[in-house]
Amino acid sequence: MSIQVLLDEFKAVASSPKQQLDNFKAQGKKVIGVLPYYAPEELVYAAGLVPMGMWGSNTKNISRAKEYCATFYCTIAQLALEMLLDGTMDQLDGIITPTICDTLRPMSQNYRVSMGDKMPVIFLAHPQNRFAPWGLQFTIDQYTDVKKSLEKIAGKEITNDDINNAIKVYNKSRAVRREFVKLANEHCDVIKPTIRSAVLKAAWFMLKDEYTEKLEALNAELKALPVCDWQGTKVVTSGIICDNPALLAAFEENNIAIAADDVAHESRAFLWDAAEDEADAMMALAKQFAAIDYEVLLYDPKSAENRRGEFVANMVKESGAQGLVLFMQQFCDPEEMEYPYLKKALDDAGIPHIKLGIDQQMRDFGQARTAIQAFADVLELNK
Amino acid sequence: MANYAGPVKLVKKVTPGVLALRKVVDDVHTDARIAKKEGKLVGWSSSKFPCELAAAFDLNVMYPENQAAGIAANRYGELLCQAAEDLGYDNDICGYARISLAYSAGKRAARKYDKETGEFIIDPATGKPLKDAEGNVVIDEATGKPKKDPKTQSPYIELVDLNEINAMPDGIDKERALNAISPIRQMQIPQPDFVLCCNNICNCMTKWYENIARMHNIPLIMLDIPYNNTVEVSDSYVAYIRGQFDLAIQQLEELTGKKFDEKKFEEACANANRTAKAWLKVCDYLQYKPAPYSGFDLFNHMADVVTARARVEAAEAFELLAEDLEQQIKDLESTCPFPENYRVMFEGIPCWPKLPALFKPLKEHGVNVTAVVYAPAFGFVYDGLDEMARAYCKAPNSVCIEQGVAWREGICVDNQVDGVLVHYNRSCKPWSGYMAEMQRRFTADLGIPCAGFDGDQADPRNFNAAQYETRVQGLVEAMEANRQAKEA
Repeated sequence: MSIQVLLDEFKAVASSPKQQLDNFKAQGKKVIGVLPYYAPEELVYAAGLVPMGMWGSNTKNISRAKEYCATFYCTIAQLALEMLLDGTMDQLDGIITPTICDTLRPMSQNYRVSMGDKMPVIFLAHPQNRFAPWGLQFTIDQYTDVKKSLEKIAGKEITNDDINNAIKVYNKSRAVRREFVKLANEHCDVIKPTIRSAVLKAAWFMLKDEYTEKLEALNAELKALPVCDWQGTKVVTSGIICDNPALLAAFEENNIAIAADDVAHESRAFLWDAAEDEADAMMALAKQFAAIDYEVLLYDPKSAENRRGEFVANMVKESGAQGLVLFMQQFCDPEEMEYPYLKKALDDAGIPHIKLGIDQQMRDFGQARTAIQAFADVLELNK
Repeated sequence: MANYAGPVKLVKKVTPGVLALRKVVDDVHTDARIAKKEGKLVGWSSSKFPCELAAAFDLNVMYPENQAAGIAANRYGELLCQAAEDLGYDNDICGYARISLAYSAGKRAARKYDKETGEFIIDPATGKPLKDAEGNVVIDEATGKPKKDPKTQSPYIELVDLNEINAMPDGIDKERALNAISPIRQMQIPQPDFVLCCNNICNCMTKWYENIARMHNIPLIMLDIPYNNTVEVSDSYVAYIRGQFDLAIQQLEELTGKKFDEKKFEEACANANRTAKAWLKVCDYLQYKPAPYSGFDLFNHMADVVTARARVEAAEAFELLAEDLEQQIKDLESTCPFPENYRVMFEGIPCWPKLPALFKPLKEHGVNVTAVVYAPAFGFVYDGLDEMARAYCKAPNSVCIEQGVAWREGICVDNQVDGVLVHYNRSCKPWSGYMAEMQRRFTADLGIPCAGFDGDQADPRNFNAAQYETRVQGLVEAMEANRQAKEA
């Protein structure tokens, strides 16, 4: 299959999750909406259900959700509620709502209350002190609750083998995405920022084995191409989400490629694999969560050091980027809290960056465009 | 239903219990300053970290949330919030966190002074009008405006950096610079040697304390209490928290070089329980109709529950206040500064920088706050470590909506409120995030009106007095209509 055909397919999936949902339902499948962050999608897959990511929307407006929350909440959470209320998500068979940030805590209640008997809202509280045996056990306890709820929806027991199989499928999907990110850097003339985003975004709306197969095909095509001699500049992107094609187009207009990312919706979601040789598959998932590091949302026991900031600064250097663009999701406390020390690490490493305030209801990108254009000149000087 | 035996007289007095409570908080601050000077460790702790653990090691601990509230109430909130923003912390971040992070970075509010003479430079905009012997306001002939009483005027306030001052050579200039720092106790808290973080009230706390640990390169002891979706606290939560208690004890042993003193710990637990019970007893006097005091007083007494609940002096002071209140009931007295016509629950943290503005329309309409969520929120009563773990799971922002509603409706009924005033607090996402649904439930379950207003616990820029007054007015009208309907 040609690269263009594959890319068009990823693009189609990324831009029409509702169509994907309809397709799954037409096939008689049950679908679970999965909210950010760190929900063990493997369990959904192991139950024979389809997990679909719920990361807001770039085209919806907040209206019905105002009945439940004030304006100063991240639009990802508000738009998820909006789509649950406006009928977009009516076909879902349930949702999983993690509660790792201060917006998701009360929103988990709003989702549950507003859905009533309409669909199960599966609660998930991750531990921050996740490393010791009692931390791992708490993760397992929480995942067991999720598993039981999923079993009820699926009408079948999820066995240890089912989970182990799902872990293998997901590890492969993560590996192939990590490979894609590297290839996208080498072939940034083909994998432009909007395309890169669409390929990675599609993963949230496809069954992972099907996604992996398609992405492996794309990776093979990319590998066959000569590494591009990129004349433009490169950046690392950072933030919770940056999937708005209109905003990413500004990168392309200014010949800025994305060398790597530190984005929750993209690479942060597939950096960490689960062990495939653990006898207890639930323990493998708990250990996988415990291993997640350099995160804005998770406690770092070595917090006196600036590990996350330095990790991201190293990513910029190692990927060959000249700078970093931070997409600051409005009202996202964890991102905002980590910014001063990310800035420090970047400044210490001599890496220029810009911070673009964004939310999913933005429709006018004039200001961001100007900032990106000006930043392109700075990047040129750093080449 | 608790009622006085006869008509109630309004009296203006500061009772021995209130004075004792003030002293307890003063002592906590003084002890920490002395400890620091003596080279002992001083920690900073989140308000609902189990203070019993630190007390078992005789550690001096200060409380940034309480400090930020005090700084905000003293009108330095905006200055420190802006200082944090200049350090890169977004203005969306909780105002307490911003104030605390600016303070942690060495930022201080200081009085402006003449560098030559050392004299403070008075801000002409401050002060009260000067009055003559007859009590009439003295008018300045030159301007036609009232003259200011020089005794009540204060210097300009500016932002300074303690690290820069400390780097100055010893001498009169350094002395003056240090002396100019605002003398309020919240601006004199020693910098931390360790931090104790419990995120039961919010996850913002986790990153806030990590930032402090990073600024000072100091140990952070983390107690994570995940959000709970059920009214019951399951054994799974208890086991997780008990594991963390053990780790925290081990970390405190390493920090102090001391062994965990079980006797001291038990003593601290006994004190904390005694304080919690006395606190709840004081809160329960608001069940009297009219109430023997203004519910706003509880906001002041919270400093004791936060900073000193494991001290026997705090328990004794609250018990003394309870005795004062009992006596007031017998003497048919109330210290509420206005006749109580309506009773409301105040939902949320007060807007500390705007307390007078918050109080004014309530006073005008005879609205007394007779219920605050802080009453159950700090009433940690437990027996043994498992129950202690369960108790610390029950913070306002760590419980499910059913538990939150039950707490509030419980005190609304017990304290006979006519309505609810809801603070949509820009600084507190977990608290404000399900208030709309709670409002609907209060009205549906209790038949009482609710009114919401926008504000902030520490950043005065997020409060609009005109909007607040309109909302209070609306609430009063709804409460009156309700009352008349009931009477009819």
